[in-house]
Amino acid sequence: MAVLVVAEHDNKSIRKATLNAVTAAHKLGADLHVLVAGDQARPAAEAAAQIAGVTKVLLADAPHLGAFLAENVAALVAGLSKSYSHILAPATSNGKNVMPRVAALLDVQQISDICAVESADTFVRPIYAGNALATVKSADPVKVITVRTTAFDAAPASGGSAPVEPVSPPADAGLSAFVSREFSKSERPELTAAKVIVSGGRGMASGENFTKVLEPLADKLGAAMGASRAAVDAGFVPNDWQVGQTGKIVAPDLYIAVGISGAIQHLAGMKDSRVIVAINKDEEAPIFQVADYGIVGDLFQIVPAVVEELKK
Amino acid sequence: MKILVSVKRVVDFNVKVRVKADGTGVETANVKMSMNPFDEIAVEEAMRLKEAGVAKEIVVVSCGPQACQETLRTALAIGADRAILVETDTELQPLAVAKLLRKIVEKEQPGVVILGKQAIDDDANQTGQMLAALLNWPQATFASKLKLSSDKAEVTREVDGGLETLSIRLPAVVTTDLRLNEPRYVTLPNIMKAKKKTLETLKPEALGVDVAPRLTTVKVVEPAKRKAGIKVPDAKALIEKLRNEAKVL
Repeated sequence: MAVLVVAEHDNKSIRKATLNAVTAAHKLGADLHVLVAGDQARPAAEAAAQIAGVTKVLLADAPHLGAFLAENVAALVAGLSKSYSHILAPATSNGKNVMPRVAALLDVQQISDICAVESADTFVRPIYAGNALATVKSADPVKVITVRTTAFDAAPASGGSAPVEPVSPPADAGLSAFVSREFSKSERPELTAAKVIVSGGRGMASGENFTKVLEPLADKLGAAMGASRAAVDAGFVPNDWQVGQTGKIVAPDLYIAVGISGAIQHLAGMKDSRVIVAINKDEEAPIFQVADYGIVGDLFQIVPAVVEELKK
Repeated sequence: MKILVSVKRVVDFNVKVRVKADGTGVETANVKMSMNPFDEIAVEEAMRLKEAGVAKEIVVVSCGPQACQETLRTALAIGADRAILVETDTELQPLAVAKLLRKIVEKEQPGVVILGKQAIDDDANQTGQMLAALLNWPQATFASKLKLSSDKAEVTREVDGGLETLSIRLPAVVTTDLRLNEPRYVTLPNIMKAKKKTLETLKPEALGVDVAPRLTTVKVVEPAKRKAGIKVPDAKALIEKLRNEAKVL
């Protein structure tokens, strides 16, 4: 049976998280379909058709799918489920919102945030903020899965030429309506896709210091900027910067933690980074137990010095 | 309006968990247990709605072993009016909890059900969405702001990239994000008062729900440990290491 990936997209293009989910889906079957549900989403469907290894793209195009409301999208996905052995989505906020609803409609137990595929029914997923890895086996007829994107490489976005087939969605459930959206504007790379991340914590002491001290470093490295929960709760930066168990999970090549103590909840979001650098004045801070390179000292002196060194 | 809040007893968020030597799970014997932090936020939000005159009664529910009574007493001490324990020693997975909650919802007829967005032990982030599906109610997950009127709720949600506001019809299911509110501390007089509040105990069989787990845990292991790193004296040494040793610059 075929495998279905529910695409994350903005109606015009496919988001990278989808490519990671496609790689996970490849381990489960050769016949791989991608569902693009949206409003005037043909461009996104055409982009999905280019993904290497995709054999068919299903396009559900309707005004009531535009905001990706869980009630409408879940009904659509559940309706398509008969032809599939596995239904996957990236563990983004959309995937986490919609997929458990799909699973309940199908009376199956969803498997969240998988980080490895052992076989068609056995998967590995982190529990307890990533402090343990559980291997779980599902006895359900359809496996409904969300994929931890940082655990799978992105499938090539080109090289494929799948046909795009329209599907008609169920009518608007009328239970919910989209009101508004407020996106944090940023010129920087997206946090979950960035190769380098510069992250600040409570030690930054103010939002201003993020701009004054941390931003020059991020600029120099072409890095995305992140934050610990303490920095977000203190109002220094918007909450979509948060890296951790309850924020974003990242795994860049280089993660620079500045003024972050390294609480369990933060480590859960970044400890799979390739190289971790910690700058902290507290020698005992837990962040030094996971950092490849650490500097003990005042971040307000060290960070500008690092920027100077990078200019050389 | 009646508000139903679901709470879970989990290993305290400050505890560094240890994987059992036989790989069957995580050590929970003699470990400090507390209310799941997201659920505390759910109880607090219900309290604020009651204090604002929007909600009349707050009913808290927990599913699990008898010890969950403590968690329910904590919720009662925060201010919930009464509690229901669905008692079972079976390992409960989100689908089973959602089915149990559906039965309670059908009995209690609340206007809103508030849950935490995820439990910090299984990190599933599913129960609220599943409950909404089973009831065919709208859902507003990862809420950071909740405005209730008689037949509608306006909910601001935390999504990748920012915030999104939805208008949902009541009755509905809402799951809380950390930024929804700051839970209050429980005071001693309120703990004493909570002891007198009603706590009803039910069994899954009595509710007609099959709670058998659908997922089998094959094994639980510790994640690969990172190698201990080194401390460098200054910025110059750091950049040198990143360029020549780690080769990430």
